Amino acid sequence: MNPLPLIAVAGSPNAGKSALFNALTGARQKVGNYPGVTVERKSGRLVLSDGRPAELVDLPGAYSLEPASPDEAVTRDVLVGRQKGERQPDALLIVLDASNLDNHLRFALQLIELGLPTMVALNMVDLARRDGLELDPKALERELGVPVIETVAVRRRGVQELQAALDDMLSAPFCGVHEHVKSDLIHLQRRAREIATAAVLSETPVRRWTHRLDAVLLHPILGPIILAAIMFVMFQAVFAWSQVPVNWIADGVAWLSGAASNAIPAGIIRSMVVNGAIAGVGAVITFLPQILILFFFILLLEGTGYMVRAAFLMDKLMHGAGLSGRAFIPLLSSFACAVPGIMATRTIDNEKDRLATILVAPLMTCSARLPVYTLIIAAFIPNRTFAPGIGLQGMVMFGLYIVGIAGALLAAFAIRRGVLKGASGGFMMELPKYQLPSVKDIVIGLLTRTRIFLKRAGTIILGTTIILWALASIPQAAPGQKQSDVSIAGHIASGIETVVRPIGFNHDISLALLPAMAAREVAVSAIATVYSLDAGDDAASNKSLLKELRHGWPLPTALAFLAWFVFAPQCISTIAVTRRETNGWKWPLFMVGYLFLLAYIAAGLTYWTAVVLGL
Amino acid sequence: MNAPFHPETVTLDALKLGTKARVLSIDWQELEEAEACRLRHFGFDEGIAVEPLHSGPFGRDPIAIRVGRMTVAIRRKHAATIRVLPSAA
Repeated sequence: MNPLPLIAVAGSPNAGKSALFNALTGARQKVGNYPGVTVERKSGRLVLSDGRPAELVDLPGAYSLEPASPDEAVTRDVLVGRQKGERQPDALLIVLDASNLDNHLRFALQLIELGLPTMVALNMVDLARRDGLELDPKALERELGVPVIETVAVRRRGVQELQAALDDMLSAPFCGVHEHVKSDLIHLQRRAREIATAAVLSETPVRRWTHRLDAVLLHPILGPIILAAIMFVMFQAVFAWSQVPVNWIADGVAWLSGAASNAIPAGIIRSMVVNGAIAGVGAVITFLPQILILFFFILLLEGTGYMVRAAFLMDKLMHGAGLSGRAFIPLLSSFACAVPGIMATRTIDNEKDRLATILVAPLMTCSARLPVYTLIIAAFIPNRTFAPGIGLQGMVMFGLYIVGIAGALLAAFAIRRGVLKGASGGFMMELPKYQLPSVKDIVIGLLTRTRIFLKRAGTIILGTTIILWALASIPQAAPGQKQSDVSIAGHIASGIETVVRPIGFNHDISLALLPAMAAREVAVSAIATVYSLDAGDDAASNKSLLKELRHGWPLPTALAFLAWFVFAPQCISTIAVTRRETNGWKWPLFMVGYLFLLAYIAAGLTYWTAVVLGL
Repeated sequence: MNAPFHPETVTLDALKLGTKARVLSIDWQELEEAEACRLRHFGFDEGIAVEPLHSGPFGRDPIAIRVGRMTVAIRRKHAATIRVLPSAA
């Protein structure tokens, strides 16, 4: 059987390529990586009008066939049939921003020279009109020598015409591509301007919308205030709106675990399903609502064109730490969860900037740390108030956030001068025109990311939690023995204990550290379990847990435990997503290593300072 | 560089916001290859009309510049490699 015809979609960044791709393929998209590079490969199915299916692949946005970034190199290699993991496309769909023809046509001319069966989608004609620009697609067709269809991808306009034209193109015979010869950029640019001029019917100068909005949103004083306000709303949403669905999921997990307990006879299998798989994966998918809300905001900010402005406003500050303005949103997202934060680093085109951002993202205080912080603060920090609304407990919590941020900036600073030495990638970005994104594009983006997240939870996280469960449950304790002493995990904990005793950690903490690798907040339930399992009663209520902690842990130990959690990379999902985003084990291992080292030093310093101060 | 010397020329980073200007020369040697490549892709070249529109809130860095029909953001140190002749108002 012949493989499906492959149509490549190419265009400059901000030409509306992804929206057009979504309009043509719908929600069933496959997202993966090209082998050996962290460049996303996105493909989908398109049904031609005669019922034949075709595969559409969305190439990374590029300004030219002479690559200035790894993304652009992939685009070139796919088009000339040299990319690993991709066959030579049978046809090419070029997406042009109608209001930016003199620039985008240069790339289009290079692409047409390749000799593939080619057609052009003249996209965003509505925005061009808004700017007072009337174009003549027929003139463009004459000059370029390929079919040109007007489209407004976000509004799904012109999509049917485009599909029909793709049909015609795939039916025509085709006889191989030319090797790409390095083009004369100056000549191409000149030719692009000529064609652009020929294609313009009329141009009425109007005050451009984008310029007016930018005067406010990029204003030196108003701009940062508006950015702070947007971020405030975003975080309110992530933490407040998510409560209801988080409770639903927690209830669902509880129901499932109850049902499984009833359905499976008591024994090792039940324990594995209930305490291992359901408890572990449940703990992680509880974060799904927060992650979705966060992604909704990221997609919205990206779709409207505001994201680049946020990077613009923050670039100078981020630059001081050796990062780029583009690192701002990923790092901010990491306050909710490092996983979407690390996934969002794909917008950083400089590889070293991107890696540095990934490596420090786990230092942002994510929501999984909150249960741990809340428990320890409630147990050990006196509820004293200094002024109305300002209490000691809140100050400690705030302090932990600040330590995390400072740690991230210092780590970035050190990393950019150490392992990732080299000039930072600078900051060169196009500020796209503002536009309203379509609901469908946002939904498709959310679905794609949810699928990636659940696939993680379903594979790596499920596997790890079962292993962790096995370590904690095998061998079974005989009557009179403590499960936490006899299990493999117990023995490992004893090993861990010798390492962490110098920083003030006791046996209970050592026991909690291992299961907390699945997700940080599991430390809370793990500590609870240690006390309840050993006490033999089933549900140690929160109150008795607080009492146990106050009774069992000296204050320096508790403070050291807090300091540990500021830095420790106790999160399988983060490690897994880092492996995926860096395409190998080198960087996740480095990250785990340096963060554990920092955690150890921070906890040790805290412990011994507290001891010396006589706390 | 080898462009004729005009007393009234400035580098792009020194141009007042909202002042239209024409690019006289770009010191490509001062830029890394990828950066130079990116600037060319944005359409920066001798003879092109540019206009700085906005600057960042901290240290007035980076700068948003209109070039052709695009608006692009670049850092001050890169803008300093671009010598322009301001249009007479």
